[in-house]
Amino acid sequence: MNHQNITDQEPVYVVNGLRTPQLKATGKPGPFSAGDLAVAAARQLLLTVPFSAQTLDEVIIGCVMPDASEANIARQIALRIGCDIKTPAWTVQRNCASGMQAIHSGMNSIRSGTADLVLVGGTEAMSRAPVIWSDDMVNWLTQLFSIRSHGINSIGQYLRQIVRLRPQFFKPVFSLLKGLKDPLVGLSMGQTAEILAARFNISRSEMDQYAQQSQQRLSQCITQGKLDDEVTSVYDLYNHFYDHDNGVRKDSSLIKLSRLKPVFDRSYGAITAGNSAQVSDGATVLILASAQAVKQHNLTVLGKLIDCHWQGLPPEEMGLGPAHAIPPLLDKFHLEIEDIDYWEINEAFAAQVLACQKALDDDDYCQKKLGLTHKIGKIPEDRLNIDGGGISLGHPVGASGSRIVLHLLKLLKRNTSPTKPLRGVASLCIGGGQGGAILVESMRPVQ
Amino acid sequence: MKTDYENWLVTIDNDQVVTLTLDKPDSSTNVLSQSVLIELQSILDELKTSSVSAVIFQSGKQNSFIAGADVNEFSLFQDKSNSYDAALHAIQTGQEVMNSIENLPFPSIALINGYCLGGGMELALSCNYRIALDHENSKLGLPEIKLGIHPGFGGTVRANNLLGVLKSMDLMLTGRVISVRSAKRIGLVDEVVAQRHFNKAARQCLQNIHSGKQITGQKKRPFYFSLLEMVFIRPLVAYILEHKVRKHINQAHYPAPFALLNLWKLYAGDKDLMMKKEAESVAALINSETAQNLIRVFHLQELLKNQGKITTADDHNINMPPQHIHVIGGGVMGGDIAIWCAYKGFTVTVHDKSNEVLSRLMQRANTFLKRKIKHRCLIQAALDRLIPDLKNNGLNKANLIIEAIIEDVSAKQHVFKEAELKANPDCIFATNTSSIPLDDISKVLQDPARLVGIHFFNPVARMPLIEVVTSTVTSDTVKNSAMTFSKAIGKLPLPVTSTPGFLVNRVLMPYLLEAIELYSEGIPAAFIDKAAKDFGMPMGPIALADKVGLDICLSVANNLAQYQNVKVPEILKEKVKNGYLGVKSSHGFYTYSKGRLVTQNLKYQGLSLSQVSNRLMFRLLNEAVACLDDKVIANEDFLDAGIIFGIGFAPFLGGPMHYIKHQGIAEMDHTLEDLSRDYGERFRPTIGWEHLMPMR
Repeated sequence: MNHQNITDQEPVYVVNGLRTPQLKATGKPGPFSAGDLAVAAARQLLLTVPFSAQTLDEVIIGCVMPDASEANIARQIALRIGCDIKTPAWTVQRNCASGMQAIHSGMNSIRSGTADLVLVGGTEAMSRAPVIWSDDMVNWLTQLFSIRSHGINSIGQYLRQIVRLRPQFFKPVFSLLKGLKDPLVGLSMGQTAEILAARFNISRSEMDQYAQQSQQRLSQCITQGKLDDEVTSVYDLYNHFYDHDNGVRKDSSLIKLSRLKPVFDRSYGAITAGNSAQVSDGATVLILASAQAVKQHNLTVLGKLIDCHWQGLPPEEMGLGPAHAIPPLLDKFHLEIEDIDYWEINEAFAAQVLACQKALDDDDYCQKKLGLTHKIGKIPEDRLNIDGGGISLGHPVGASGSRIVLHLLKLLKRNTSPTKPLRGVASLCIGGGQGGAILVESMRPVQ
Repeated sequence: MKTDYENWLVTIDNDQVVTLTLDKPDSSTNVLSQSVLIELQSILDELKTSSVSAVIFQSGKQNSFIAGADVNEFSLFQDKSNSYDAALHAIQTGQEVMNSIENLPFPSIALINGYCLGGGMELALSCNYRIALDHENSKLGLPEIKLGIHPGFGGTVRANNLLGVLKSMDLMLTGRVISVRSAKRIGLVDEVVAQRHFNKAARQCLQNIHSGKQITGQKKRPFYFSLLEMVFIRPLVAYILEHKVRKHINQAHYPAPFALLNLWKLYAGDKDLMMKKEAESVAALINSETAQNLIRVFHLQELLKNQGKITTADDHNINMPPQHIHVIGGGVMGGDIAIWCAYKGFTVTVHDKSNEVLSRLMQRANTFLKRKIKHRCLIQAALDRLIPDLKNNGLNKANLIIEAIIEDVSAKQHVFKEAELKANPDCIFATNTSSIPLDDISKVLQDPARLVGIHFFNPVARMPLIEVVTSTVTSDTVKNSAMTFSKAIGKLPLPVTSTPGFLVNRVLMPYLLEAIELYSEGIPAAFIDKAAKDFGMPMGPIALADKVGLDICLSVANNLAQYQNVKVPEILKEKVKNGYLGVKSSHGFYTYSKGRLVTQNLKYQGLSLSQVSNRLMFRLLNEAVACLDDKVIANEDFLDAGIIFGIGFAPFLGGPMHYIKHQGIAEMDHTLEDLSRDYGERFRPTIGWEHLMPMR
């Protein structure tokens, strides 16, 4: 590992960011497509900066399940918000961390000199994940459509084809569920979290307590207006508007959570809908700028991005991704846990966040699995996910990676220290067995 | 073959197919002026004896085929010694050209790449085939009725032949303009073709003809067309159509629709005779008062439109058309203004303090845009341009800010003071106020010269007029920019000074209030409205008041009462107090069921219709003259234009000033004196009448 100084890193600035409210999926397709959500957030974001979409050099958006008509959704977004026709745009996918990948790719563009102003972010409309025909049905339909009508002959062919139809062909496949299952190890994401719960002895009540804390923290955060300059309202075309994250449950209680049944392993499991991230729709966008762009446009900025690190791990324990990605990132810059002021670890499952904390605070795990000399330490509870997370806010898979970075920067800015910049780490676990972590810094306040 | 024509480009290819491209010099649109027609006749004469295999008609203009005959030439007949003969000769010239096209011994195709109206449509109808470009600007129609005539270049005969009486009369009586899709549906065009195939389409069509294949859309004439034309059925059909027309149109005011129906009724069985009679009918109509006045109205429209053009380098128009418009206020006016601007292609942020208002606005936008725009991707593009802006961030980005909040001077001052701090230095400030003097708003600004009034009318989508209001200090640059903007969004700008009520409301109010006064005297509302409609107003004043909203009428009346010689009738105040607001509350002066007026009994003994109409119209005319004298507008033409397009003043009369001149200034002045003796001070002729009298 190459050790480096933070100050030697070419700074990549975040000018500002905005997100739509995150809307819980209710069963029927939601009011907005992934493209609509990103466009809504980006249009509002551009109103807060002194340049127009025409000035952007590049657009990079993370999205895991775009609609079939949204091939390279980033390009569609770029054109819809008014970017120059010549501005390139591309869509990235690193499963749950696609939003963070977009940020990292944006950083790379700036550091390589390809771009000075980049629109990055992530968007997802999970409620619109398609319900699809099974392979059996598709085959049957293909055979049917390929019957060439030649008068009387074809009647026989049609009849024969109809006879081949079976009731089970009509059983739909929910692509969302398919996407949340890892085919290489035959486990759903929830089941990987059950594995971690077992390994680290995380009880049902611990998970529920964590979930309750997430709900309370978000509730309070909303009441105190701390999301007002981060979340922008969105409007559909049928006289409805959405101005807050609607997954939050102000009336959540441990008793209510304890009544929920386990959802992934029905007989012996502990993970319920209440202590898992919600399935949601949402978009988050940020504008990244090089030092040159900041000077040229005389920009006030939200914060700095220092570096991003990705690491692989076994898919069946994908939830420990942060535990694998964070140590190398800290080590690179000679940082200890104490040097980081605030943390965001995406709440895919309460069990998974708790497992990460326990793993990093366990000598045995750190030595054997992470190759470290001793444990990293305990991430303080009052510094981790202090305004709620995926459990209360929802986890639109493509967007969360961007959302946690945006929130972290806003949080650091709000708590800015007069003497030194504040540092934060945002991290996610990634289905398929990866972890990603990003190190950010606030700006020192101008005296 | 002679090829050096002024208006036409004649080319011929290896297959002996001639292409005639009309490209009228010094004009952005093609019109069939006499010189164009004479040249065309000469071309056709040469063609008909040549070995040409086919002819294609096309336009050299962008997204525009032929917009019609040359309206400027319509008034020239008046100067001739025998205006009827002059007109007849001109019409027959046109008819002969169209007949020549129809009689060519080889196929003819019209390639319609955009607006195809009036005479242009008649030319296309003379061709064997019509191929239209699939484009939002491709609109077809026969709008001659709007100028007080009907098609005269064979259009009545050929449209009837091709479409049948019902569809052709629908087009010709309403003068409405239809999209290519509708045109294909009714058989007016044979093919609708995308741009990428457009140039090949004519060739392909000719190949199909050559090989005997049937051209899509060309079907055999349905039998019921001929059925309806049978000599004993025609009078019945004509009667039914006439009855429908009579419900909306007064024959004494607008003779053309009735002349058209009569033409069809009498002569539809004999094409040649109908052609001859068509020419005679138009020649008679074109020299009538109505037609000449409607042509005048057309010219007034052009007068207003031409102001919004950048004429010289000195007419410095800052940032026009604007990159970004910011509308403040998302209610009925502000919201509709924002939607209209987005529809016309502009990026608009619209701010309101309430998400409920913004959300309703987006729904309204969706409904409106889906109706107006055919292609789905263009609807989405328009919606993407319309940005609801709860946080008022658009202030920082706009080139033009339009304020449309409540009529409260300190609220408006506050808006512009905030704007002054945040907006770009050359952003134009505009207010939609209808009653607050501009100087009252701009006096709190550092730079009051940048405030102008851009006063829209309700409903924004349908009302063509914008009053561009200048304060005592509004700069010329800002004023010009406001005019250019108005034109850019497809409206007609009328420059007015910032005096109470500007032009339209100031002239409308006394007329409406007089109507309400008459109502208080016991005259039924329907009687009052009939008197106005008999004069020529499209809608009666009581019905209009109900439509605008009695609460709005009251607030405008209260506002103007302090400046004008007018008393606000008690009954209006009472109605508003009791919640009788007009159409929107289903009850005003009339009762409304599902938005439609429940008709009333017209029985009344007392004043005659003409007495009532005198009281109504003279209040309007008196105020109009006062506006002219106060220099609210620059001259009489602008006044006429404003009153016609802002109120709908009987267009067939040519405008209030034109009407006054026609009736005689002295006579009108005298009538006012009589009325003031009988009914009160408010009828006394204002000082302006003296200044109107010609110098002795």
